[in-house]
Amino acid sequence: MIGEKLLELVIRFSGISAILFVLAIFLFVFREALPVLTSEKFSVIQFFTSIEWYPTSVNNVRYGTLALIAGTFSVTLLAMAFAVPLGLGGAIFLSEFCGPKLRETLKIVIELLAAIPSVVWGFIGLTVMSRIIVKYTSAPVGVNMLNGAIILALMAVPIIVSIGEDALKAVPDAYREAGQALGATKWQLVYRVLLPAAKNGLLAAVLLGVGRAVGETMAVLMATGHAVHIPHGILDSIRTLTANIAAELGEAPVGSEHYRVLFLTGVLLFTITFLVNLGADLVIRGVRRK
Amino acid sequence: MPDTGKTGGSRFSKTEFAERKERVQNLARWLFFAMAIAMIIPLLAIVAYLLVKAWPSLSLEFVLDVPRKGMTEGGVWPAFVGTVYLVFISLAVATPIGVLAAVYLNEYAKDNWLNRTINLAVINLAGVPSIVHALFGLGAFVYAARFGYSILSASLTLAIMTLPVIIASTREALASVPMAFREACWNVGATRWQTIRSIVLPNSTSGILTGVILQVSRAAGETAPIMFTGAVFYKAIERGDIFAYRLNEQCMALSMHLYTMATQVPNVDESVPYATAIVLLGSVLLVNASAIAFRAWLRSRKKW
Repeated sequence: MIGEKLLELVIRFSGISAILFVLAIFLFVFREALPVLTSEKFSVIQFFTSIEWYPTSVNNVRYGTLALIAGTFSVTLLAMAFAVPLGLGGAIFLSEFCGPKLRETLKIVIELLAAIPSVVWGFIGLTVMSRIIVKYTSAPVGVNMLNGAIILALMAVPIIVSIGEDALKAVPDAYREAGQALGATKWQLVYRVLLPAAKNGLLAAVLLGVGRAVGETMAVLMATGHAVHIPHGILDSIRTLTANIAAELGEAPVGSEHYRVLFLTGVLLFTITFLVNLGADLVIRGVRRK
Repeated sequence: MPDTGKTGGSRFSKTEFAERKERVQNLARWLFFAMAIAMIIPLLAIVAYLLVKAWPSLSLEFVLDVPRKGMTEGGVWPAFVGTVYLVFISLAVATPIGVLAAVYLNEYAKDNWLNRTINLAVINLAGVPSIVHALFGLGAFVYAARFGYSILSASLTLAIMTLPVIIASTREALASVPMAFREACWNVGATRWQTIRSIVLPNSTSGILTGVILQVSRAAGETAPIMFTGAVFYKAIERGDIFAYRLNEQCMALSMHLYTMATQVPNVDESVPYATAIVLLGSVLLVNASAIAFRAWLRSRKKW
């Protein structure tokens, strides 16, 4: 039947469209960025190694993203320092220590937590968290790295918990039974048997959390302040790669060098998250092959 | 009965080793319980705090009214309608493509390099930062396709963003249809597509629907992708007007409105941004909770 053949073609094409979209995203963002690579005022070395970001300066234009890269990675690292123990602990509790009823309830709450829009998280960082930080620390302003990291941690925890729980659930029950037959307590079972057995899955969970934190825009835009410099402490205001694009894209004249450099930062971000997600995927696939 | 010496008590009492083991076990249990609770407290605390702060402005009137006096007073109607437009158009585009892609991946694809690449592409599409989606939307839809700053550009950008998650949830729904159903259908001579249309899809419609509803809340909450493709700070429309926007016009959106109120508008009455946040958070959580309830109901009446 011709109709059916045609339909299968449409279905096949929809399947391939995912590849096309990823390529299209890269190509269109790269296409807008391309002309700046040949411009005299721009150098790739400066782009990666300079901490000076003066895109609108009249006679001293600098496009160095090192401070932004440092901002992104420092706030992600701090966020993960909060989110990883909390997320993995939550995953262990869900899969090993709690009854089925409590587990269902907790999973629903986690799902709702993951649904809170990033702009609401940013708003919370801007209003609630910044007041708390000013009150309890010596920070002059409440919107800083610590604030952004706490917000990012709360956003990343649901991902880490749900993927981590899947990883723990994938460990065969025979492992648990063997451990219990030897007289191990639940806790001994967790850290002697389950953690080593599920370590790839847990690593993937953490990587996906990192991916989310690196790519997050609105929350860090509103919660981390706007200082473009290398942070010296966790109470410093910072700016990340994502927040920088969101803050400046509206002001950069279309087609200007500034505008194109922002697209180039987009290419950089795309590449970073691509590598992180690829890493997570390879790690997960390693688990499956076993 | 002779005394057992150092361990004390009767022969069957716990040894010190067993007691220590138990203490550590209890400690671990409480520690992990505390960690799990530490995830829930933020949700409750945040919702409670926002509600308290928003209370003075919060009413049905706030949703239906338009912003007044340079957005410092009044309601959020234009933003609310704008979000509804964006969400519906983006899902109307993303759902067919996503479902068909999932059908391909789950029903047709063999394990070869092309399909592994598709899988990888779906995973990476899901991980692309929202601001990069915004850059793509700006470069591809606003300029290259000449849609301009419009609802159309913004919706298409959102559609590509929600696509990978729709693919993933649809695949899950398709995979939960037992293989025996398909085999029975093939055995009576049905083709692959006939099997999909009359057996696989009807048995997974509700699962697919749940996945799509969950994406409603995600699309409604996104800010960065629409900020540079079609959402504006302010647009005057009639109070309570549902057909306020056209496809080629810009619109307001709740998420964008919250960002504007929180960072750009001076002298705004304090409760207004909080109330905006509550309207956004409330709609998102409501849609999500109903999808979850729907899913739970479906599971309870599943026969296989």
